Amino acid sequence: MYNFTFHRPTTVRQAAGLLARNPEGKLLAGGHSLLPVMKQRLAQPSALVDLSQVEGLTGVELKGRSVVIGAMTRHADVANSEILKEVLPGLASTPGSIGDPQVRNRGTLGGSIANNDPNADYPAACLGLGATIITNKRRIAADDFFQGMFTTALEEGEIIVKVSFPIAKKAAYEKFKHPASGFALVGVFVSKRGPDIRVAVTGAGSNGVFRVKSFEEALAKRFSPKSIEGLTIPTSGMNSDIHATPEYRAHLVGVLARRALAKATA
Amino acid sequence: MAKVSMTVNGKAVTGDVEPRTLLVQFLRENLRLTGTHVGCDTSQCGACVVHIDGVAAKSCTALAVQCEGQSITTIEGLASDGKLHPMQEAFRERHGLQCGYCTPGMIMAALDIVRRRGNELDEHTIRDQLDGNICRCTGYHNIVKAIEAGARAMAK
Repeated sequence: MYNFTFHRPTTVRQAAGLLARNPEGKLLAGGHSLLPVMKQRLAQPSALVDLSQVEGLTGVELKGRSVVIGAMTRHADVANSEILKEVLPGLASTPGSIGDPQVRNRGTLGGSIANNDPNADYPAACLGLGATIITNKRRIAADDFFQGMFTTALEEGEIIVKVSFPIAKKAAYEKFKHPASGFALVGVFVSKRGPDIRVAVTGAGSNGVFRVKSFEEALAKRFSPKSIEGLTIPTSGMNSDIHATPEYRAHLVGVLARRALAKATA
Repeated sequence: MAKVSMTVNGKAVTGDVEPRTLLVQFLRENLRLTGTHVGCDTSQCGACVVHIDGVAAKSCTALAVQCEGQSITTIEGLASDGKLHPMQEAFRERHGLQCGYCTPGMIMAALDIVRRRGNELDEHTIRDQLDGNICRCTGYHNIVKAIEAGARAMAK
């Protein structure tokens, strides 16, 4: 790891100030994506601004018809949230499948979506529920936030503070877990909230998380696995690597979407 | 260099470290607590698991400076008055190790499973929850038995 200066602000404003003074600096949340790439010397931030002491960035809160989760809330705390298990169990189950128990004890919601790894689970949940990402500057709809592999709408010096998830009556996540890394080879998040139907896919696309409009349209009539029986998605744009071919990934999207629908409607 | 102070196994410690110093390096090289091992150094294997403020974490994927003011427990902090912790004793009794390299991480992870899941653990739960700990001797059979017994012994 290249060396850097380390800063521990206690407010979002201080953190933003530190980022402004360190243009090559990076925010440090749980460190479970950033530290590994720094160890490989694939990233060389001049400064790390640790958000762990910043007040008001953790917790799961019910606000009207939404659940608001602090950006620094650890995966384990989201997975174990009693509120979430009751009102939005499909979202509670998502971080429960990330990595392993020790990783879930450190990794955070904000860190995951700011990184936007094309195989990460949380981007599927955010897009699949139509979440709103709230930063120190503005509110960004999930549809606008995720802009491709490791790319988001976040601007220089912008800090994710919390994420607001609308409570969908039906929602579920299904994932084909890579047995070694624990990442989603393919993961599909489905939800229905009134007329708003969403099918979001992570892991499969070569450009990160995306929605499957053809599935969503087919589900408008009836939100059931049967509605997308026999439907496939094109293999163009599917990721290809030693783990799976584009054809296999496209096939998994259909399989996992049906499984998620079965779970959401059970 | 950065100043860092934390509590390790109940004792207050301080050190001058580069910010890039990993927690596991600080424990092993500054404090000479070499019971915590480095296996893969990529957050996969779990040989480096310690408790940070009572919660299991991979110390190869945390900076020492991130742990400022926190309380760390390592494998060296478990025995008291010359007596092994019940989980350590269960690993000895059931021969829950072969080469022993993964053992400190296994025991620290096992204690975290007990914290989260209680003292009555079935085999499936233990195997599932050991997802983040790899035994390259593949000696899981006795590790699982040891954790089951150790968890029960801790309730006494």
